[in-house]
Amino acid sequence: MSSNTFIFGLFTGISLFLSFILDRDKTILGVKKGGKMFSNILSPFLNILILISIVLFFVPAYLIAHYLGVNSGWYGFALATFIGSISLIPGFIAYPLAATLLKQGATYDTVAVFMTTLMTVGVVTLPLEIKYFGKKAAILRNSLSLIAAIIVGVFMGRLM
Amino acid sequence: MKKHLQNYKWIILFVLFSTCSYFIEFKPGLVIYSNFNEFFIEMMSFLPFLFIIIGLFDIWLPKEMLEKYIDRESGVKGIFLVILLAMLQAGPLYGVFPVAHILHKKGASSRNIFIYLGAFSSMKLPMLGIEIGYLGIKFTILRTLISLPLFICIGFVMEKVIGSNFKVKEVKA
Repeated sequence: MSSNTFIFGLFTGISLFLSFILDRDKTILGVKKGGKMFSNILSPFLNILILISIVLFFVPAYLIAHYLGVNSGWYGFALATFIGSISLIPGFIAYPLAATLLKQGATYDTVAVFMTTLMTVGVVTLPLEIKYFGKKAAILRNSLSLIAAIIVGVFMGRLM
Repeated sequence: MKKHLQNYKWIILFVLFSTCSYFIEFKPGLVIYSNFNEFFIEMMSFLPFLFIIIGLFDIWLPKEMLEKYIDRESGVKGIFLVILLAMLQAGPLYGVFPVAHILHKKGASSRNIFIYLGAFSSMKLPMLGIEIGYLGIKFTILRTLISLPLFICIGFVMEKVIGSNFKVKEVKA
């Protein structure tokens, strides 16, 4: 049993127990709701796991380590920032990808900056954002988020 | 039923591919399957639990309850509220723009709208759960603690630069 199972299982058990004492019907409703959400994401999630499994077969670990690992330096960091900013990957798909990159030798700062730009900077969605916020606000928000992501990456690299 | 089959077509194909690989001893197929198996076990070790927690959260702390309190005058409490509200959401960044419009209509300041956006983008509870599962609790907590003050700063800078005539337009799909 992995430590994940233990932590999540324990937390779920306690939550279920407390919720059940407070309100039986609400608890059943909540579990049903969670189950439905889980079944909704299950097929896209499995699809992406299949895709990562196949890509991993063709892209050897040393290549990932070479471009995003310790020796890649600022080049790897910049590459991760760039890819994170321009791509549009849903979070729940990005996390298994990030974990894989770490296992294959990518550094924490590159993974952190990749994840943060992925989540907060959207070059592809910029036209849409401009429609809502106007040009100035949209561009400023993305630029500030980019700077913030770089700060997060640098700190994570030092602290992890 | 047909729709279900459509959703799972890649998975069914993959199962067929793996089974065939097993019988004809197709090496690449077996390696790909063992990669997948590792990912699958990793995922099943926490994701079902996480969704039970999310479901319970949704029932006990409905978003509508917090939305009532979003207004211009609420200072630190307002910041705290928008962050909490953002953390309870789900979905991708582009899904948040219509919500920003609603917040704007309800009278939220530009500062709080952008803090909301920051918290929404990287602090949603379901996502934090997945992050803990995949990248560990230390990574998740550190990243959140470093990001949060930066998002709040972005909110203040945005308010300063954009000023009070900031509007979130309604965009029809």
